[in-house]
Amino acid sequence: MRHESADHALAALKAVSAARWRIALSLTIAMMVVYFGFVLLVAFNKPLLGAMVTRGLSLGMLLGALVILVAWVLTWAYVRWANTHYDVSLQNLRERR
Amino acid sequence: MTSALGEPNAIAITFFLVFILLSLGITVWASRKTRTAEHFYAAGRSVTALQNGLALAGDYMSAASFLGIAGLVATSGFDGLIYSIGWLVGWPIVMFLIAEPLRNLGRYTFADVLAARLRQTPIRIAASIGALAVIAFYLIAQMVGAGNLIRLLFGLPYEAAVVIVGGVMLAYVLFGGMIATTWVQIVKAVMLLGGATLLALLVLGRFGFNPLALFARASEMYGAGVLSPGRLVTDPIDAVSLGLALMLGTAGLPHILMRFYTVPDARTARTSVGYATAFIGFFYLLTFVLGFGAMVIIGRDAITGIDAGGNMAAPLLAEGVGGTPFLGFISAVAFATILAVVAGLTLSGAATLSHDLWVNVVRGAKADQREQLLVARAATVLLAIVSIVLGIAFKGQNVAYMVGLAFAIAASANFPALVLSIFWKRLTTAGAQSSMIIGTVAALSLIYLSPTIQIDILHNSSAWFPLRNPGIVSIPLSFVVAIVVSLLRPVSSEAQRFTELERQLHLGIEIVDEPAVQ
Repeated sequence: MRHESADHALAALKAVSAARWRIALSLTIAMMVVYFGFVLLVAFNKPLLGAMVTRGLSLGMLLGALVILVAWVLTWAYVRWANTHYDVSLQNLRERR
Repeated sequence: MTSALGEPNAIAITFFLVFILLSLGITVWASRKTRTAEHFYAAGRSVTALQNGLALAGDYMSAASFLGIAGLVATSGFDGLIYSIGWLVGWPIVMFLIAEPLRNLGRYTFADVLAARLRQTPIRIAASIGALAVIAFYLIAQMVGAGNLIRLLFGLPYEAAVVIVGGVMLAYVLFGGMIATTWVQIVKAVMLLGGATLLALLVLGRFGFNPLALFARASEMYGAGVLSPGRLVTDPIDAVSLGLALMLGTAGLPHILMRFYTVPDARTARTSVGYATAFIGFFYLLTFVLGFGAMVIIGRDAITGIDAGGNMAAPLLAEGVGGTPFLGFISAVAFATILAVVAGLTLSGAATLSHDLWVNVVRGAKADQREQLLVARAATVLLAIVSIVLGIAFKGQNVAYMVGLAFAIAASANFPALVLSIFWKRLTTAGAQSSMIIGTVAALSLIYLSPTIQIDILHNSSAWFPLRNPGIVSIPLSFVVAIVVSLLRPVSSEAQRFTELERQLHLGIEIVDEPAVQ
């Protein structure tokens, strides 16, 4: 019996761990794609970024501000996920032992 | 336009003295609470999420980001914004990959995380090399910046400024440890965010609180080119290389990583990164307004006339929109910014020297509280002296590349080993050790061979390495070395240890504080 519950506890830990890294890696990749996408546009397509969206605002400045916004949103999304899902799973793990 | 900049300014000196008195008062209060190594390095792990968020922002927003980026935007427009953005995007990475596991696996320094699963002595020595290299270059850049700025702002001699910064910082760290350093960071972050917000509002008030009207005015005065990418980013590979170092380097800065040990648990660490990202992002958005504001209201020629690098754009703008009193306030904020960053760096250097090298390598973790505190304080004094000496030795030298170098070493030496030790079961001591040493050496030697040193500083006609930023070579190299060395000689006991630590990585442990020295 004891072995069985230890196996269960280990399997539960593995599941929490896998979920945490899946979220962390997806968000990391999303941030890198957005940021390096911006950097590559700056490097390769300067005329596009120089195009004016409206008076006083170029596409490059708009996208730059959006990169900062994306960083905020992704960070907020992680905190929200961790507070509502990850912490609950951790609490279950603690109670198992 | 005539400026009171550089003349002894009564209001600047008053604000500055108020800050010094306030921060020394905090230090006296903190020194009474600093009885154990736990207090000295980690503020007794009692810092709240909001406090740590502000302190992280305080540690991160250096003079380079306040004065440097505002100046860069004022003189080159859009191109300066590339730095604003690059300096923020590392924070989500810190959040997703580093903050919580670091808090759960370590005690005082990031090397603790590596030492938890690998062999203590070799891994701490290798980690200390990377950490101390980052701290040394960052410190030199800050000290030289301090000397120059204070000369420009207050008219004080360079050497006097360096000695004042070194001496005041020494008082904070020596007596108040992490408790004082944290509160100095918080006060500084609030002053900097408040001062920059007020400055931005005063600028926007002249444009009907519409930033687009400000940007439009800038393009009328200096051409539409100021709103679009220009000369700064010419080589795409170099741009990506710089981006990599800025993004991943943030997650490898010892003084930033150390802050996660000051909070009670991983959940608080997580929330604190959320606050830090919000504050730092907001601050970098303000630099859009400050930079273009200085460009329009003060004018490019007036800014570069006072300092060719444009570093005085924000103080001049403060004088332009708020008169001498506001110039005084912003000058005091700039000084406080440098002091706080230098204190954070020195504390993390002292932790590396005393906790990693002395206590764990030399004494085999058998040092009592009294000895730990004594050694930590001796290391602080040593680092303060070294930073004053280096600050004076580098007088008049171009050290702008050193912050970039510190980020490149942090991204190449510290980040790969740290992230692999958290994620990868098969990492071995030899793998992590060689990755950290090769990462440091590669970043250092490629910068030495780059156009930054060879052409700009040594005035040679060509450079052996074509890129100004080594990250795109040195970061992958460091990862590959760690992986190849680990796979060539697998160590099953270290893989086993990783499995044992997996529970602690997510759940943490209860750290039992040793009794205080009476």
